[in-house]
Amino acid sequence: MTRKTSILLNPSERDLLMPPCLLVDAVGLEARAAELRKRSWKKEVKLEAIERAISMTDLTTLEGADTPGRVERLCQKALRPDPNPDIPPVAAVCVYPNLVATAARVLEGSPVEVASVASGFPAGQVPLPLRLEDTKMAAENGADEIDVVISRSAFLSGRLEQVFEEVQAFKEAAGPARLKVILETGELGTFDRIAKAGWLACEAGADFIKTSTGKVKINATPATALCMLHVVRDFEAHSGRVVGVKVAGGIRKSKEALHYLALVLETLGPSRLTNRLFRFGASSLLNDLIRQWKKQKTGRYMGPDDVCLD
Amino acid sequence: MSADHIHKTYKLYLGGGFPRSESGRSLKIEKASRSASRPPQILAQIARASRKDLRQAVEAAQGALGPWARARPMLRGQILHRMAEMLDARGQEFEDLLVGFGLSDRRQARLEVEVSCDRLLWYAGWSDKLGQVLGAVNPVSGPFFDFSQPEAMGVVAVYPTERPALLSLVSTLAPVLVGGNSSVFLIPYEAGPVAITFAEILATSDVPGGVCNFLTGTRDELLTHFAMHRGFSANFLVSDDPREQKLVSYEAADHVKRGKMVPQGTPALWRSNACQGLDWISPFLEIKTTWHPIGL
Amino acid sequence: MRPTHPLADAPKTFDYAPSLEDRSIVEIKDRYRLYIGGEWVAPSTRQYFPTQDPSTEETLSEVAKAGPRDIDRAVRAARRALPGWAQMKGSARARILFAISRILQERAREFAILETLDNGKPIRESRDIDVPLSAAHFFYYAGWTDKLDYALREPGHRAAPVGVCGQIIPWNFPLLMAAWKLAPALACGNTVVLKPAETSPLSSLLLVEVLEEAGVPPGVVNIVTGAGETGAALVAHEGVDKIAFTGSTEVGKAIQAKLAGSGKRLTLELGGKGAHLIFEDAPLDQAVEGIVRGIFFNQGQVCCAGSRLLVEESVEAKVMELLKNRLSTLRVGPPLDKNTDLGAIHSKEQMGRVRSYLQAGQDEGAVLWQAFFEAPKKGFWCPPCLFTNVTPSMKIAREEIFGPVLTIQSFRTPQEAVALANNSNYGLSAGVWTDKGSKIFALSQQLQAGVVWANTFNQFDPASPFGGYKESGFGREGGLHGLLPYLAQR
Repeated sequence: MTRKTSILLNPSERDLLMPPCLLVDAVGLEARAAELRKRSWKKEVKLEAIERAISMTDLTTLEGADTPGRVERLCQKALRPDPNPDIPPVAAVCVYPNLVATAARVLEGSPVEVASVASGFPAGQVPLPLRLEDTKMAAENGADEIDVVISRSAFLSGRLEQVFEEVQAFKEAAGPARLKVILETGELGTFDRIAKAGWLACEAGADFIKTSTGKVKINATPATALCMLHVVRDFEAHSGRVVGVKVAGGIRKSKEALHYLALVLETLGPSRLTNRLFRFGASSLLNDLIRQWKKQKTGRYMGPDDVCLD
Repeated sequence: MSADHIHKTYKLYLGGGFPRSESGRSLKIEKASRSASRPPQILAQIARASRKDLRQAVEAAQGALGPWARARPMLRGQILHRMAEMLDARGQEFEDLLVGFGLSDRRQARLEVEVSCDRLLWYAGWSDKLGQVLGAVNPVSGPFFDFSQPEAMGVVAVYPTERPALLSLVSTLAPVLVGGNSSVFLIPYEAGPVAITFAEILATSDVPGGVCNFLTGTRDELLTHFAMHRGFSANFLVSDDPREQKLVSYEAADHVKRGKMVPQGTPALWRSNACQGLDWISPFLEIKTTWHPIGL
Repeated sequence: MRPTHPLADAPKTFDYAPSLEDRSIVEIKDRYRLYIGGEWVAPSTRQYFPTQDPSTEETLSEVAKAGPRDIDRAVRAARRALPGWAQMKGSARARILFAISRILQERAREFAILETLDNGKPIRESRDIDVPLSAAHFFYYAGWTDKLDYALREPGHRAAPVGVCGQIIPWNFPLLMAAWKLAPALACGNTVVLKPAETSPLSSLLLVEVLEEAGVPPGVVNIVTGAGETGAALVAHEGVDKIAFTGSTEVGKAIQAKLAGSGKRLTLELGGKGAHLIFEDAPLDQAVEGIVRGIFFNQGQVCCAGSRLLVEESVEAKVMELLKNRLSTLRVGPPLDKNTDLGAIHSKEQMGRVRSYLQAGQDEGAVLWQAFFEAPKKGFWCPPCLFTNVTPSMKIAREEIFGPVLTIQSFRTPQEAVALANNSNYGLSAGVWTDKGSKIFALSQQLQAGVVWANTFNQFDPASPFGGYKESGFGREGGLHGLLPYLAQR
C-alpha cells in the first residue's frame, strides 16, 4: 500500500508555505482565548447554547471500577439527561473497550453514539499490535467512535513518521468508526508541538483531534482548544477535509463550556457548532449545564437535588 | 607674514573632509596693530559657510548617523579617549592658538586645554554606562519582558560660544557624540582656527566622516537657517541672548525638535563640573521601550 | 442505523443576544461647574456647553466653559496650594494617592459606564483597560512619592517639584489620560490645573469625588473645562511652570511655538502613524490579533495605533485572508453592550475627519474594503476599514487618521521594511512580528519609535515609559522616566 506522507516530513512545493497554525505565540494565543471568556450569553441564545453544549457532550466514565451496571445507568442518563423533554440527549457515551458491548446494547436505536477509548489508553505504552488489537476490538464490539492516543514517546523523541503511521494504522483498524485522536496536550509542552501533533493526526486520517485523556495533570484549556481550532481550519484549507475538535478533562461548569463555544463560533463560525464537529469529554459538566438551563428557564438557581445523578 | 611661516588655510570640516565654502566666501580675523596709524594685522582667513554648506553638512550628518548610533558603545568611548590623547599631545598648539587669536590669556588657555582633555575622558567613560544608568527593565503586570533603553536622537545642531572657544566646543561635542548622535556645529568665526584645528583631531581619531561637521561663519547669518532646518532633531544652544533663544526654540516647534540651552557663562564656569553631566547627555537621547511576550 | 441526533445540524447563524450594561448606577448631573480651589464655581464666561453620548447623540450634561479669568483663578489656587502639598511628607502624599487608586477600583463599574457613555468606547475596553489601568497608575506613582531622590540619578541632588502644572488631555482615553497626567505630577508634589477635552469631560469631573474622598487638599487639583481657547489660555498663563499636553501634533507644535523663550517646561505626547511589520516567519494568527488590537482598539482613535500595516510579500495573501475572516467576527455596536468590540466614533467632527480620509484614499487610487455593518440612524459609526493598493505618498499612508482605518503595503526584505516604517515624521509606536529573536532586536533597534511592540501590540502599563520620537512629541509617561518631567533638582 502506498502511503500518503505528511507535509511536515516531505514538504511538496505547493506546501512550502507552512500553514499559519504551526507557529504559535503562546501569550497572544492565550490572550485571545481569554478575551472570549468575557463574551456575555443572555436569554434565548444562552438556552440554545446550553442545549448545544449538552448535545456535544461525550458522557464519560473511564475508571477501573466501571461495571456493566454503572455503564448502563450512565447510558440512561445520556439518553435522557433530565425528566424535562426539552433537554436533548448527549452526543455519546465514552467507555473502556470492555464495556462497549454493554453501552451498545442500551444505546441501540438511539441517537446517542457509543464511544470507546482504545490503543492502550491512556499512555499508549504497549506494543503497536496490542494497541491495534485494542482498537479493532472496540470497533467490533459496536463502538461508533474510537478515541485513540498518539504515542507521546515517539512524538517527543522526534519520531514523527512513527506517529503519523500509527494513526493511519488506527484509522484502518477502526474501520467505519469515527477516529478521535488524543494528543495529550498536557504532555507536549508547547503550543507549537500541539499544533504539529494535531496536524500530523489530521493528515493521518483523524476525524477528530482531541486534547486529553483526562488522566494527566494538565487537560483541556481554552488556549489549547483555540490552537487546535486553528489546526483544523488550516487543514480544511489544505485538504478540503473537515476535522472536528474534542476538548476533554476538567471541564465542569457551564461557563467554561460556553467559553469553548465562543471560541468555536468566533474562530470557525456557526457551521462548526454541531456535535459532528465539536465535543466535550466530560461527566459532571452535564449536570451543571442542566442546572444553568433550568435557571435560565425559571429565573431560580437550582439546588443540588434538582438535577439527577447518573 | 614672513617667509619662515607657512600660511595655514582654515576651511570647513564637512563629511570628514576640509572643503572651502561652496560660496567661496571667507572672513578675516584681524588683530589691531599697536600703532593706530598702521592697518590691523590679518591673522587668518576663515571660510564663511553658506546656507548650501549647511544643507550639505546636514546630509553628511544624516548619512553618518546610523553607523555611529549603532557603533559598539565601547568603541565610541575609545574614540573619545583618542580625541583626548591627541588634544593632550597637541596641547601647546592649542594654547598658542587660543592666545594668538586673542581668545584667552596664557594662564587660562593652559587650563582650558587641560580641562578639555579631562572632559573628553569623562564622557569617554559614559558611552557604555548610559544604557545601565538611564535604561530600565520595567516590571509590568503581564507576561511581557519590557525594557527601556536610551538611543541616539538624530542629528543635533550645536551652537557653541566663542569664549572659551575650545572648551565650549568640547563640552558640547562630547555629550552629543557619546550617545551616538551626529552633529553640525555653527562655529563663531573668531573661534574658527581653534575649532578647525580641533577638527584635525576628529579626522584622525577614527570619528567617522560626517559625525561631526563644523561650519564657520557668522551666527547672525546662519542661525536662522540652522534653526529652520528640518533635518535636525535637536538643538544645543549656548547663548545668553533672549532673541537667539526665542528664535531657536520657536523654529524648533515646526519639527518638534528637542534640546538644551545653556548660558554663555565664563571660562571659569565652563571649567567647573557644572558644565558636564548626565543632564548634558540625556537631552540628546530618546528612550525606547520594547515589549515582548514571555511564554511557552 | 442510528436516528440523527436532534441537534446534529449546525445553526445557520448564531449571535449573542444584546447584553447591555445597566447605566442606572451612574449619576450624571444636569450641569457641571468648574472645580477650582476645592470648590465648584460658576464660570466667568457664564457659558455652558453640552457633552453627548456619541452612540446616540443624546446630550448627557452641560459643562462650564472656562475663560481666561477662570484659568487665572485656577492657576492662583494651584499656586496657593503648592507649598503645603510640596512640603507634605512623601509618605502622607503616598497615602492619598494610594487611596485614589483604591477608590477608583471600588467605583470601577461606575467609571467604566460613564466613560463609555461620554466617549463611545466599548464597555469591554473601559471596564478591562481604561479604568483598571487608571487605578494602577495612581497605585504605581503613589509608591514613588517618598522615593523621588532615587529617580534623579544625579548624586548630591534632592528631588523637588516643578511647581504649577497645566495639563491638557485628549478625548480618546479621558480618565486614563487624566491618571497618566495627575499621578506623576501629584506624586512629585506639584499642583495641577487639568483641562479635559471638551467632548469627554465627565469622567474627570467624577474623579473630583474620588480626589476629595482620598483627601487631596483644595487647590492641588483644579479642573477647568472648555475647548481650544481654554487650553490656549492655560498655556499662555504666566503662573504656570510646566505644560503637559497630549493631543494632535498640530496643536502640540502651536504650544511649543507659544512657549518658545518662556522658560516653561513642556512635554508633548502627540500623534502617530505606527508601522506594524509582519514577517513571513511570524505566528500569523497571533499577528492578526495584534493587527486587530493595533488598529481597532478604541475604534483606532489611539495615537499609537498600528495604522500602517507592512506585510512581507510572501505572506501578504495569507495575512489578508486571515485578517478579513477575523474582521468579519468583530462586533460593531452599542458601546454599552458587553459583546461589542467596536463602539462609536467619538464625535461628529471626528466622524467627518475619518470619512474625508476614506474618500481621499479612494480618490488617490487605494482600494477600500469595509467589514459589513449596518449603522444605526443616530450616532457616529464606522466599521473596520482596510485600504490596499496603497503607495507611500498617499495621504492615508502618511497622515494620522485616528479611526478604524488600516493601510496595507508589502515589503520584500527587512531593510525595506525598516525604511518604509521610518519614512514618517511621526515616531510613537511600531510593531514587529517574527519568531526570530535576533531579527526582533535588530529591527526594534532600527525602528524610530518610542515604543516597539514585538509580537504584541498596544500594551500599556504604569511601569512602562511611553512617548514619542520625532513629531510624536517628547518626554515620557509611565515608569521612572515618567517622573522626570515633574521633578526639579535641588
